[in-house]
Amino acid sequence: MLLIRCPYCEEERPELEFRNAGEAHVARSTDMAAISDDDFEKFFFIRSNPKGIIFERWRHIHGCARFFNAARDTVTDKFLVTYKAGEPKPDLEGLVSNEPAAYANRPPDQLNVKKPRRAPAKKKGEA
Amino acid sequence: MAEPFRISGAGRLTPAKTARFTFDGKPFSGIEGDTLASALLANGVHLVGRSFKYHRPRGFLSAGAEEPNALVSIERDAARKTPNVRATVQELYDGLAAHSQNRWPSLSFDVGAVNDLASPFFSAGFYYKTFMWPKAAWKNLYEPKIRAAAGLGVAPDQPDPDHYSSRFAHCEVLVLGGGASGIAAALAAAETGVRVILADEQSELGGALRFESGSRVDGQDGFAWAQGAVAKLAAMDNVRLLPRTTAFGYYAQNFVGLTERVTDHLAAPGHDLPRERLWQIRAKKVVIATGAIERQMVFADNDRPGVMLASAARAYLNHYGVAVGRQVGVYTANDSAYAAAIDLKKAGVNIAAIVDLRDNPSGPLIDEARTLGIELNLGRAVVKARGNLRVSAMVVQPKNGGAERTIPVDALLMSSGWTPSVHLFSQSRGKVAFDDATRRFLPGAYAQDCVSVGACNGTDSLEASLDEGYAAGAKAAKEAGGKAVRGGAKPKADAGEGWTGGMLGSAPGAGAGTTVKAFVDFQNDVTAKDIRQAVHEGMRSIEHVKRFTTNGMATDQGKTSNMHGLAIAAETLGKEIPEVGLTTFRAPYTPVTFGSIVNHARGPLFDPTRRTATHDWAERQGAVFEDVGQWKRAWYFPRAGEDMHAAVNRECVTVRKAAGLFDASTLGKIEVVGPDAAKFMELLYTNPWEKLGVGRCRYGVMLREDGFIYDDGVVGRLAADRFHVTTTTGGAARVMNMMEDYLQTEFPGLNVWLTSTSEQWAVIAVQGPKSRDIIAPFVEGIDLADEALPHMSVREGKICGVPTRLFRMSFSGERGFEVNVPADYGLAVWEALWAEGQKHGACAYGTETMHVLRAEKGYIIVGQDTDGTVTPADAGLDWAIGKKKTDFVGIRGLSRPDLVAPGRKQLVGLKTKDPKTVLEEGAQVVANPNQPIPMKMIGHVTSSYWSENCGRSIALALVVDGHSRMGETLFVPMPSGVIEVEICSAVFFDEKGGRLNG
Ligand SMILES: [Zn+2]
Repeated sequence: MLLIRCPYCEEERPELEFRNAGEAHVARSTDMAAISDDDFEKFFFIRSNPKGIIFERWRHIHGCARFFNAARDTVTDKFLVTYKAGEPKPDLEGLVSNEPAAYANRPPDQLNVKKPRRAPAKKKGEA
Repeated sequence: MAEPFRISGAGRLTPAKTARFTFDGKPFSGIEGDTLASALLANGVHLVGRSFKYHRPRGFLSAGAEEPNALVSIERDAARKTPNVRATVQELYDGLAAHSQNRWPSLSFDVGAVNDLASPFFSAGFYYKTFMWPKAAWKNLYEPKIRAAAGLGVAPDQPDPDHYSSRFAHCEVLVLGGGASGIAAALAAAETGVRVILADEQSELGGALRFESGSRVDGQDGFAWAQGAVAKLAAMDNVRLLPRTTAFGYYAQNFVGLTERVTDHLAAPGHDLPRERLWQIRAKKVVIATGAIERQMVFADNDRPGVMLASAARAYLNHYGVAVGRQVGVYTANDSAYAAAIDLKKAGVNIAAIVDLRDNPSGPLIDEARTLGIELNLGRAVVKARGNLRVSAMVVQPKNGGAERTIPVDALLMSSGWTPSVHLFSQSRGKVAFDDATRRFLPGAYAQDCVSVGACNGTDSLEASLDEGYAAGAKAAKEAGGKAVRGGAKPKADAGEGWTGGMLGSAPGAGAGTTVKAFVDFQNDVTAKDIRQAVHEGMRSIEHVKRFTTNGMATDQGKTSNMHGLAIAAETLGKEIPEVGLTTFRAPYTPVTFGSIVNHARGPLFDPTRRTATHDWAERQGAVFEDVGQWKRAWYFPRAGEDMHAAVNRECVTVRKAAGLFDASTLGKIEVVGPDAAKFMELLYTNPWEKLGVGRCRYGVMLREDGFIYDDGVVGRLAADRFHVTTTTGGAARVMNMMEDYLQTEFPGLNVWLTSTSEQWAVIAVQGPKSRDIIAPFVEGIDLADEALPHMSVREGKICGVPTRLFRMSFSGERGFEVNVPADYGLAVWEALWAEGQKHGACAYGTETMHVLRAEKGYIIVGQDTDGTVTPADAGLDWAIGKKKTDFVGIRGLSRPDLVAPGRKQLVGLKTKDPKTVLEEGAQVVANPNQPIPMKMIGHVTSSYWSENCGRSIALALVVDGHSRMGETLFVPMPSGVIEVEICSAVFFDEKGGRLNG
């Protein structure tokens, strides 16, 4: 169960209190009736579904009931940042790790280094 | 002593505390503190089960949670029969009754053992190959036969009478595993004052100290030190100890699932205790101290009862005081098995010989074995175990071939080395890395805020494990906010054990022949040959080998088999182990009961039940209820001798002739308030709202952006800035969510407040020609005359002396009212109206009659007559769209090409040619019943009832271009024949609507 920080409550709360509400930053036109079929398609049907960072909406449904936005890594499920509805996309510089994600599918030879980076264990009799 | 293999003076149990138990009905005696395994071994019983596939006789492999063989059924009573209990984990209690599994007619003579002889038939991948064709045979022949022949224990056939509890907990430092390093970590963390939880699967903590006779800490025997340290921890307020608790799953953000076995070890568990307690712990830091598990040697017939892990024999001796045999052989590829031989020898058990695959092992343990006069066979292999129901001899041969020698034994201890338990680390999404020097997978890159210590981290010596655990506990606690501690009581090892080395894969005795069974996975009956065969048949990835052979896929999760299987696959492929990769470790670490997961969510607690204010009244009237979401709604009110049909017919006629009372409280209700309330309503509903007069109502339609109907309901305007919105019963929550979504994110500039009032108002619908007469005596402050309160209007006033919002509206087509009163007054007002209604011949009616009445009028039910692909025009509701509006949710969707193209399904009425025939809801409509199958379906029936008021059946349907097909004859093909229908208006009764004012 994930912990999610509600930017309104300013608290990390368990996932059970929240509900996902789809991709964020998909703005509804202020002149909705006039938009083209292509624009409507983009607005209503097309979603990015990335492997990696997604900007998405959540609602603190069993808390303050506010909708807010989050940047989450779909590979690790890790929340990089949450922010209030209406705020611009945050700069993720420094929040995204360059390390390969722990959940990423990688071939076995990349998973298994010959020498793990760890201190050698003391052998029996050393003291 | 009654138990022939209990050694006086050995072990830690108190012989005076005896416990009686039965195994397959035969009575035995053991000692309190025994496991079922140690107690059976004390009585010389090794044969305890039959294997999964070949029905081979099996004994105890281990003394712990990794046990793949000794699975038994524990029966407390008729309903409490727990299958597949590991005898090595089950604590003995007085009166315990255990049964062997997977055998017929008896454990020692099992007919299913013919599978062993027919084993070529059951080789690797047999499920996929042998039984592929014919397909139908799977369902009727193969699967039932395989299910009957294979499989382990039998599930209980009665509901579980036990209860299970659940706890959430938070701590700064969670230590998983109570061996030396885990205890050291807990001690260090606890000293800093932070909250510490230490969990271990055993009843007494200590881990490997339980059998490591050579360990000494702080001047004491290692296990005694562990008990002292645990007592010290138990006395601290900031420490919670969880013995008998297994961490089975490690989830995101240091969230760990554990099950605590509360009563499985008690002779007479009280009903006040839960059988198990599920712990869901969120920790700032986790210290993983899960130890290591010894592996077997892979050689021919290494599964005979009496062949077991060397460390298990030590545990049985040093903790339980039980000798696993009188003439014990040892087969090893590392030092640790020597310690078992030495302990047994010192306890007076004869060691037949130690067979060591290594040519020149050296060290203090080898020297001590020599000194004790134990015969060492170096550079040799045990190529076969003899015996059937019990090992009788080991066949020894030089490892590169040569003369065989048979040495009689009644137990054979084996060790090919130790596998660090990286299960939980891997579940935490950490990446294991292969350590070439010691040929094992160790924790590599961490994904979560945790650390591994001790044997699971590849730290072999006791001293280093204590150091590592203590340092990790102190660091974790400090980082989690613990106070600095100067001169903490760090435990010090005076003497310890610890081994590395050993071998992976099959030993010489695993043979290349097709008949040799050298077991890699005991529980799933996977042999070395099966793994090789999988590779030969083209499996390259270890994930494929695993699925093809089922190696490591049993409930023991491959604790003893994964590494061997991997090594054999790598060898056969001619690759290094890291190149082949390791299969993923998944939760649960050991099997978890359904009970602990389901927990309290059973029966009435499975889902909340919502009841209206009149529920008990309706129950007393004999109402039959139906579930509508979480609501219980009165379905119909049968009178004596009435079936549902008769009751509904009577109710339908009574409402139209006199009146009826209906509890409509489950309707969703939302209060939309604020200076911009009308503006908001304009945006959320298709209808125009700005000009709706105060005190008037309007039927509102809500769309999604794609133009399809989402919900509907009557909305009353109570003031310029206040709307009383009703929604469908099922749509209440999602409509509220959608309104909030738009208000918060798309139209945040609007000054509007939304409040759900669904449960604040009880709603009593009074419908029918006598409805005004029924409510009139109780209403104060509202003029009920048609001119003052016309159809579709709302007033606030009083009824029965309590506040009401009185709606003049109708979902029946009759003159009608919906009386909203605060829910607490709902029953009192209902009873007053009911008493008055009796004088006018009114009835109470339920949801079925409500459905029939509205269908007679062609009123739709969203979700029944619409399915998320129906537009207002399709449903004949285009009149509800404000034509002059420039925006509302769904306005753009409505002009999408497909939504305005011809050929859409439209809502119409259907009359069957035979008025007595009632169509089936969901039935398909076709134009030509004689066309070949598959027929072209042009519509379907959405609602269908017998209408007593119309004297015939009625139905609503969505039919392609239905609105332009009036009078057309179509067909509904059913299994019993084709039904002829005619398309008609969706309004069957009182088409002009005059009765609304009747
Ligand atoms: Zn919140």
